[in-house]
Amino acid sequence: MAKKRGTPPEVNAGSMADIAFLLLIFFLVTTTIGVDQGINRKLPPMQDEPDVPPINQRNILTVLVNMNNQLLVNEELMDLKDLREKAVSFLENNGDGTCSYCEGTKDGSSSDNPTKAVISLSNDAETTYETYIAVQNELVAAYNILRNRESVKKYGITFSELEYIYSDPASKGDYSDKELEKVGEKVKYIQELFPQRLSEAEPKRN
Amino acid sequence: MSKFNKKKSGDMPAISTASLPDIVFMLLFFFMVATTMKDSDLMIENKLPKADQTSKLFKKEYVMYIYAGKPSERYQSTYGSNARIQLNDRLSNANDIQSFVTSERAARNSDAEPYLTASLKIDKDVKMGLVTDIKQELRKAEQLKVNYTTTQGSVTTK
Repeated sequence: MAKKRGTPPEVNAGSMADIAFLLLIFFLVTTTIGVDQGINRKLPPMQDEPDVPPINQRNILTVLVNMNNQLLVNEELMDLKDLREKAVSFLENNGDGTCSYCEGTKDGSSSDNPTKAVISLSNDAETTYETYIAVQNELVAAYNILRNRESVKKYGITFSELEYIYSDPASKGDYSDKELEKVGEKVKYIQELFPQRLSEAEPKRN
Repeated sequence: MSKFNKKKSGDMPAISTASLPDIVFMLLFFFMVATTMKDSDLMIENKLPKADQTSKLFKKEYVMYIYAGKPSERYQSTYGSNARIQLNDRLSNANDIQSFVTSERAARNSDAEPYLTASLKIDKDVKMGLVTDIKQELRKAEQLKVNYTTTQGSVTTK
């Protein structure tokens, strides 16, 4: 088609790419792709403490953190990097021999079995949050190691994955109710093998 | 024969760049969609501690954020240098948390409520005294699901 004389000249689109690049670079720089992850915990409900039956001293692993971020585990000064191992061996010690899946040393002065073992954590008001998280992380890691081991043995999938599927609200779309129920049963079963009995005392004020 | 002969007989035609904007726009749209803008301006320092036993937080609609840390430098003259709590866009006190939780709950569907998690974004240098205050208030508000939000990394290597 021949060009008529009255038509306006064509707009040069060569700079379109430049403009788009500019926008692209702006979004590239400002993007922070979600980093939201962390340690999930459930706080104890606010109510009067029920009378707790006395717990034998050997079933408690006391972890104290002082204002200088030092660790005292069962009256012994300890480095953070040894805490995980200590907690694992405490939890699956199996002192009374009733736990068939434990691989512990059956030390008479440590916990009877995993369902009785309690880890008691208390920290000072001056302890930094970083240390607190580090200690929490190590103790949660100890439970995770044991639970994952049993879960892989029994179901071939780690406990962490099972639990995530079970508690994620988005799973309702991906799985049927029946499947979810099954996953829930598995989660509960593993949780009963190694119940997380991690108690936190309120920090001392001074 | 000159080296700068124009138009040799076997010359390749210039590659068309007309589709370049399309490609760039495609990338642009990807980043525009994937971007999550920070929804509240932080008035405090917020360097999260490291941990490696973490699990992912669920979708944003199930999460409320509680920040804590030292006021950043330009706010220190007004708010002092003691660690504070930030809820939405305001520096608050621990006793504001209960009403904050109530309003966050009211802003969501009732079927989202059992999944609602409080994400605690607390600076790593905050003392446990303040953290315990936050936890106590959350317990009073019956917001028991919490997530200590951290960055990924090993806790033992500094």
